Amino acid sequence: MMDSLEQIKTRIESSVPGAKTEIVPNGSPSQQTSLLVDNEHAREVAKFLRDDLALRFDFCSNATGVDWLDRVVTKKVKMKKIIEGAEKEVEETQQEKIPGYLEAVYHLYSISQKHGPVIIRMRTTDRAAGARLPSLTPIWRSAEFQEREIFDLYGIRFVGHPDLRRILMWDEFKDYPMRKDYREPDDYEYEPTPHDDVLEKAKRHYASRPQLDGAEALRDGGNVNRDL
Amino acid sequence: MTATVQTLEPPKAMTSKLEGELMEVSMGPQHPSTHGVFRMNVALDGEIVRKLKPVFGYLHRNHEKIGENTSYLGSMPYTDRLDYFCSMTNNWAYALSVEKLSGIEVPERAEYLRIILAELTRLQNHASLLGFLLSDMGAWGTPLMYAFREREKILDLFESLSGSRMMCDYMRFGGCRVDASADWLARAKKIVDVFPKFLDEFEKLIVENEILIARTQEVGKLSADLAVSAGITGPMLRACGVNYDIRKVDGYGFYPRFKFRIPLGEHGDTYDRLMMRALEMRESISILKQAFEQIPAGPVMNPKVKIRAFRPAVGEAYGRIEAPKGELGFYLISDGSPNPYRYRVRPPSFINLTILEDLCLGHTVADVMVILGSVDIVMGEVDR
Repeated sequence: MMDSLEQIKTRIESSVPGAKTEIVPNGSPSQQTSLLVDNEHAREVAKFLRDDLALRFDFCSNATGVDWLDRVVTKKVKMKKIIEGAEKEVEETQQEKIPGYLEAVYHLYSISQKHGPVIIRMRTTDRAAGARLPSLTPIWRSAEFQEREIFDLYGIRFVGHPDLRRILMWDEFKDYPMRKDYREPDDYEYEPTPHDDVLEKAKRHYASRPQLDGAEALRDGGNVNRDL
Repeated sequence: MTATVQTLEPPKAMTSKLEGELMEVSMGPQHPSTHGVFRMNVALDGEIVRKLKPVFGYLHRNHEKIGENTSYLGSMPYTDRLDYFCSMTNNWAYALSVEKLSGIEVPERAEYLRIILAELTRLQNHASLLGFLLSDMGAWGTPLMYAFREREKILDLFESLSGSRMMCDYMRFGGCRVDASADWLARAKKIVDVFPKFLDEFEKLIVENEILIARTQEVGKLSADLAVSAGITGPMLRACGVNYDIRKVDGYGFYPRFKFRIPLGEHGDTYDRLMMRALEMRESISILKQAFEQIPAGPVMNPKVKIRAFRPAVGEAYGRIEAPKGELGFYLISDGSPNPYRYRVRPPSFINLTILEDLCLGHTVADVMVILGSVDIVMGEVDR
């Protein structure tokens, strides 16, 4: 039987000094709560999860990104206020602004212990183009292509990844298509082919040919077979 | 007249030395043995592979973005197009994830039908994989046609049940779209009953075939440690001797009710990967036979599920099944709206390609084709 996420959290905090973790609740009936790990200690936490003899999460099944835009969460808070001299409890709506961030989510299973999943998440500070997270590829090789995919589609740069390049889009592509605010360019037909160069070459190719319509041959005495 | 004897210099190309220099070759994307549009940039020393970088994306259509802009139900037919050989298992994985996300129960008969269809899918996937692999090895045409003859029978079954041979779009969250008639089940049973005959024949053709042994044994060896770390799943993982089958581990659907064994390999080489498929087909047949006996009568759809205008509560879920190619998972985040906020496919054949370079280093170009064939990829799923 696997430890509960709370137990895992306390074990991480006692084993990896300085690591800050937080349990992210999940309202769905799936009951899959996840663990938010601070970026500084993420790799040590991952190493602990992989190497700890009771946990042994040796299999990182799924690694993916999520884009969270700036959100405004409205909460109803009960407050005590003094109205007309008397203290009363009043419900007030408060709006909390949560700035947007990018998230990397890893689903971990254990093949040797046959348990799981434990879900860990890492968050960037903002959604800027240079957002960075530590790469977990040195811990689980299976993250290699998946982190490349996150970089390709979400634009998170994974520090310590051995070969961080675009994987599904072509290298010259500029934007990050899976971001929520991504807008497709107007030219749907764009593809990385040197159209203009090809057309220019074709023009040069045809320009060197003399224009023959048959009339000049007749003009010169009707000798059509003359060597042109 | 005296004949002048000339000492001919060998042509220049023959003497110019390439030793120690690597030649970069782009294998693919349009090559019959790349199983679709897949390219590998290979650095060769003579015929020996020294470096190999796969290039993806020729079939990329951002399936996940389409999923985020489509309702939960609307994504079901799109999942058919992921691994277009195994649309039934794709449907199941997606339906299972949505059921996890919203806590939907599935009627008993539907669970049995799902198992029957998933195992039929496994049969036709593995059979055609063996055919393709022999095709890659130079047994051009004949074994593939033998495999396709069997696959055709199963596709006919799919067609008469779902209306489509490959793009089945058959499962729904909460059950299956239509019920299978008694006649259909009898037909399926007949096909499954004669399937071992094909397997006997096919195994006789391949197991002790000297050319096949020469081309596959000790080729593309994968160690168990690397396989686990690289997230390899499915028959490829079990060929390394790692006992991990999600049908047993998670026990999703009604698999715990069935008796079947998990074949395991010893060497992790191409031969073992090939044999895994042959042995798994035998186990699938045993599962199918049990399912035909046990399948109860009843509804195939949970009547409480509102499939249209379906809005699961805020939350997330990751569901996975043992697809023929490995672990197929769907990760869904709901924000309470009719479309998923995040729709992620965990594609087994994409992740199984992570170690392609490790498998191919030191082997010849001809071996690369065989190794790639034994990984079992479908580009619709790799590129998404």
